[in-house]
Amino acid sequence: MMNAEKITELRKFACDIRIKCMEQFGALGIGHVGGSLSCCDLMACLYGGIMNINPQEPRWEERDRFIMSKGHAGPAMYAALALRGYFEEEKLLTLNRPGTMLPSHTDSNRTPGVDMTTGSLGQGFSTGLGIALACRLKKLDNYIYILLGDGECDEGQVWECAMFAPAKKLTNVIVFVDANKLQLDGATDEVCALLDLRKKFEDFGWQAIETEDGNDAAQIVRAVEEAKADTEHPSVIILNTVKGKGWSYAETHFNHNMPVTPEQAQEAIAEIRAAKAAL
Amino acid sequence: MIQIAKENLIDDMEMRQAYGTELRRLMDNGEPVMALDADLMRAIGLLPYREQYPDNIMDCGIAEMNMAGVAAGLSSEGFIPFTHTFAAFASRRAIDQVFMSGAYAKMNVKVVGSDPGVTAALNGGTHQAFEDIAIMRAVPEMTIVEPSDAAMVSDLIPKIAHQYGMFYIRLQRMKSERIYEPGSEFEIGKAVTIRNGKDITIIASGVEVVEAVRAAELLEKEGVSARVLDMFTIKPIDKEAVIAAAAETGAIVTAENHNIIGGLGSAVTEVLAENFPVPVERVGMRDRFGEVGPQGWLKEAFGLKDTDIAKAAKRTIQRKN
Repeated sequence: MMNAEKITELRKFACDIRIKCMEQFGALGIGHVGGSLSCCDLMACLYGGIMNINPQEPRWEERDRFIMSKGHAGPAMYAALALRGYFEEEKLLTLNRPGTMLPSHTDSNRTPGVDMTTGSLGQGFSTGLGIALACRLKKLDNYIYILLGDGECDEGQVWECAMFAPAKKLTNVIVFVDANKLQLDGATDEVCALLDLRKKFEDFGWQAIETEDGNDAAQIVRAVEEAKADTEHPSVIILNTVKGKGWSYAETHFNHNMPVTPEQAQEAIAEIRAAKAAL
Repeated sequence: MIQIAKENLIDDMEMRQAYGTELRRLMDNGEPVMALDADLMRAIGLLPYREQYPDNIMDCGIAEMNMAGVAAGLSSEGFIPFTHTFAAFASRRAIDQVFMSGAYAKMNVKVVGSDPGVTAALNGGTHQAFEDIAIMRAVPEMTIVEPSDAAMVSDLIPKIAHQYGMFYIRLQRMKSERIYEPGSEFEIGKAVTIRNGKDITIIASGVEVVEAVRAAELLEKEGVSARVLDMFTIKPIDKEAVIAAAAETGAIVTAENHNIIGGLGSAVTEVLAENFPVPVERVGMRDRFGEVGPQGWLKEAFGLKDTDIAKAAKRTIQRKN
C-alpha cells in the first residue's frame, strides 16, 4: 500500500511529466497533445512507484516491462523516462527532429527504457503478450504493463489478444486502457461501438477493473493493487481519463495532433505549475 | 558440399517432415526456438509433438496478426520464434505486424508461409499466394528463402535459426521431386548451379526448379545448352550469379510459382537492368489469380511447365544479338 504522502508525490510527478510534455510540443510546434496528457498520471504511477525498474540498467533482466501500445503517446513516456534519469532531460527538446532518439512513436532501438517498438495500433498488445510469455518461460517474477488507447480498441488485433492472454494464462500481464473517449475523428462510441469495454474484457476471461477517474493517482495505484491480488487471470484496468488533461485549452479543443505555439506551451505550463502548487 | 540428385524422383520425405524434424532437433539441443502456429499445427505436422514440447510449441489460434506480434515479443526477449501459417495469410493477412513489430523493430522472427501458389492446389484461388514474395521483398532487411526440396529444408532450418534477423520461408509442405541428395549443404544468399550450360540460363525457385531441370533436358535434345540456377534465396539475391549467367550465356529465363510482378523474375531483371542487360523472359503467373485444381493441372493451366520454360528459352535465345 502506498501512503498519502507517496500519492501526493506521484501527483506532483504527473505534473512534472505534463510540463515536460508541453516543453516537447512547444519546442516542436505540434504534437499528439491529447493522448499524451491523458496518460501522464499513469506514467507517473508506473515510473514513480509501481514498476520495478533500474534507470541505470534499462535492460536489467528482472525488470518489469512497459509497452506503450498507443505509441503516439511517446512524449509522455519520454518525459517520465527522462525525469527518472534514463537519459538527459535536454534530449526531450529533440522530439521528432532529424536523427533524434525520440521519434513520434516509441522505438526500442532508439530510446533507453523503451521495451518495444510501437506505432501501428494494436500491435503493442501482441508484442507485450509475447514478452509476457517469454518472461514466464524465463521464470521471471515480474509484470508486463501495456497501455492501449480506447480508440485503439477498434483494431481487430486487440480482440485476438483478448482471447489469447486468458487461454495461455498470462497472469503476469496488466493492461490499461486510456479511455479518454475520443479518437482522431470523433467520439469513440460514434466512430465504432466500443460500448462497455470492462464487460467485454470480462467476457473474454479477464479480470476487469474500472477507475472512475483514470487521471487520479490514488485510483490508479489502488486498481493495480487489485489487479495483482488476482493471480488467476490477466488483468485489464479501464482508466476513464480526459483527453488533453491538465491544459484547459486542449481539454476543450481538438487535441489529437495539434499545433502548439511557444506561448501556448508557456500558458499550459503555468496552468500545470499552479495545479502542482495546489497539491 | 552440394550433391545434385541423379534423378528427380518424388522424395520419400515430406518437406514439412524435414521442417518439423529440424525444429525439434534444435529444441532438443536446448536452443530457445519456438514454433508458433495459427491453427495449422496439424497441417505442418507439429501437433503430435505439442505435449512433448509444451514450452516450445504453441497454437495461437486463427489469429495471424496476434501470432506475428507474440513472436516479435518473444524475439525481443531472446527467443527464436518460427511462425507458421499458409503463405497467403503469413503475407497478406499479417504483413503490417511482420513489418512493424518484426522487421522495423529489428527482431529475429522466422515467418513460414506454406502451400505457396499452385501447391495450395485444392484450397483454390483464395489460398494460392502468388504475391507473398512481392510483399516480403518490399520489407527492408527481410531475407526470403524458398527451399526446393526436403534435403534443402533440413540443411537450411538450423542455419536460419542461427542467423539473426527476419526471414520469410516459403515452404512447400508435401513431397516434392528430389533435387539434392540428403546431407547437401547450402549457403544462404548463394545460388546453386544445378546444371551448366552456355546458350541460356534458367533461374528458378521452389517447385519450378524441377521444371527448369526438365526444360534444360528438353532443350538439350534440340541442341540448346541451358544452365540451371536454383535461386532459393530470393532476397538478398545472388547478384554475382545472375551477372555471371548474363555474361556467360547471354540470355535468361526465370521460372517461378508466383506472379511475374514482384517475385523472382522481377528480382533477376532488376539486377540485369542495372548491371548487365541481356534478353530475358519471365515464366510465372502473368498477373492473374489462382484457381482450384490439382497441382499438375494448375501448372499446365498457368504455363508453369517444363515445356513452357523451354519455349520461353528458345524465344529468348532468338532475341540475342
